[in-house]
Amino acid sequence: MAVSEEDVKTAGNGAAAAPAAVGEATNGKKPGGHEYVVRAKDLVKEFQMGQETTRALNGVSLDIKRGEYISIMGPSGSGKSTFFNMIGGLDKPNSGSVFINDVDMAQLDAQELAFLRCHTIGYIFQTFNLIPVMTALENVQLPTIFAGKSSEDGTARAIELLEIVGLEHRLHHKPSQLSGGQQQRVAIARSLANNPSIVLADEPTGNLDEKTGKDIIALLRRLNKEQGVTVISATHDHKMVDVSDRVVWIRDGRVDKIELREDIDLHIGSMGNEDDEA
Amino acid sequence: MSVKAAPLPGADREGHAASGVRPQVQLPWSKAFEFATRSVRIRFWRSMITAGGIFLGIAFLASVLTSQAVAGPNIEAKEASRLTWLVILSLLVCAVGITNSMLMSVTERFREIGTMKCLGALDAFVVRIFMIEAVCLGVIASSLGWLVGTGLMLLLRLIAHPENEAILGSFTMGAGLKILAFCVPVGAFLTAFATFIPALRAAQIPPAAALRVDV
Repeated sequence: MAVSEEDVKTAGNGAAAAPAAVGEATNGKKPGGHEYVVRAKDLVKEFQMGQETTRALNGVSLDIKRGEYISIMGPSGSGKSTFFNMIGGLDKPNSGSVFINDVDMAQLDAQELAFLRCHTIGYIFQTFNLIPVMTALENVQLPTIFAGKSSEDGTARAIELLEIVGLEHRLHHKPSQLSGGQQQRVAIARSLANNPSIVLADEPTGNLDEKTGKDIIALLRRLNKEQGVTVISATHDHKMVDVSDRVVWIRDGRVDKIELREDIDLHIGSMGNEDDEA
Repeated sequence: MSVKAAPLPGADREGHAASGVRPQVQLPWSKAFEFATRSVRIRFWRSMITAGGIFLGIAFLASVLTSQAVAGPNIEAKEASRLTWLVILSLLVCAVGITNSMLMSVTERFREIGTMKCLGALDAFVVRIFMIEAVCLGVIASSLGWLVGTGLMLLLRLIAHPENEAILGSFTMGAGLKILAFCVPVGAFLTAFATFIPALRAAQIPPAAALRVDV
């Protein structure tokens, strides 16, 4: 389904109802921490495979500004998904640290980590990962339940978000009754349920066709602009480059280069080949 | 269990703003119960298959116990020891059957567990949902298993010896209830035990790993 002009209009209303996270997030922040929402320092992650130890991340450092749209690019096996899992608090590094809003993740206990996952970070996955037995509405409402919100508030929020992503007519459909693009929209709505300051998207277009992928990227970019949410997406989809503020190239567990969008436009033609080895 | 009254209204607004990371709210048992019953209802047939495993195990156990009770105390020593072995064997079969069913039903939902944790579910909450689900299924399936196992065994005896009314002589209502009182806790315990281990394991691994699992 296309993200059409109408969608953008409805989104305008939605955005009005759900005030931009940026403004709120900056209020009451401790001095010195205004700018960066994510700071990763010297991350190292190793995986044990039988006798062999594979180093998926080999000292990755990255600072991400509030409200940025970042793409983490690299071929499969470059470590980008591992890096993504580290900054999302879904996995722990062997060494190095991740700060989210100036909070060192390593210092958090399980309950605080759950709080962080619930309130601060929204996740979008390549495989959508909707709960198959729940309807679109219930899926989007789920994070609000974990946040302890009443079901009335949660339902209202879920409906509002599903309207923003243009699925107001699919509230009571199960994931199996939705197309891939629609499922990913539900997942995007779900990721925003508790007004997170960061949305992490792991290959959000990986399971979608060209056109649907484009729509999803446009939707993410729009939400990034309108809701002020920081979007970090791991991808090897070059359509992402067009909308990203910065592109971080990861190769062999290291940051290969970081490019601003202005710079990328110049040599965009040369990037097509790198994707094929993935 | 009491709800830790975390001050949540508006927390999603300010919570992430400052470095104000707080412990996640603990959802009450009633919420877990709601999740569990809904999960059983929605996956009704899948749940019935799981329950079927428990049911068959307990039905077998109940029927063996019943035939032992019918035989009464005045049986030959050889026959008595044969029955004891049968009881032990049926307990084993029952344990393996139930463990198998519950393992399956938890592992096929690994990804779901990982997803819930990404959305902010606490380990304890996830485990609780599974435990409630398991114990409910266990109690219901065990009760039915007892009913069918004991009932069928008595019926078969009557059919086999219609002329001999005394065949059930030593079997009383009390004996039947005693078997019930044995079977249901055994069923519920085995179900809970077989669920607890994989559910706990699933809840404790990092969400990233849980999401990677393909079942």
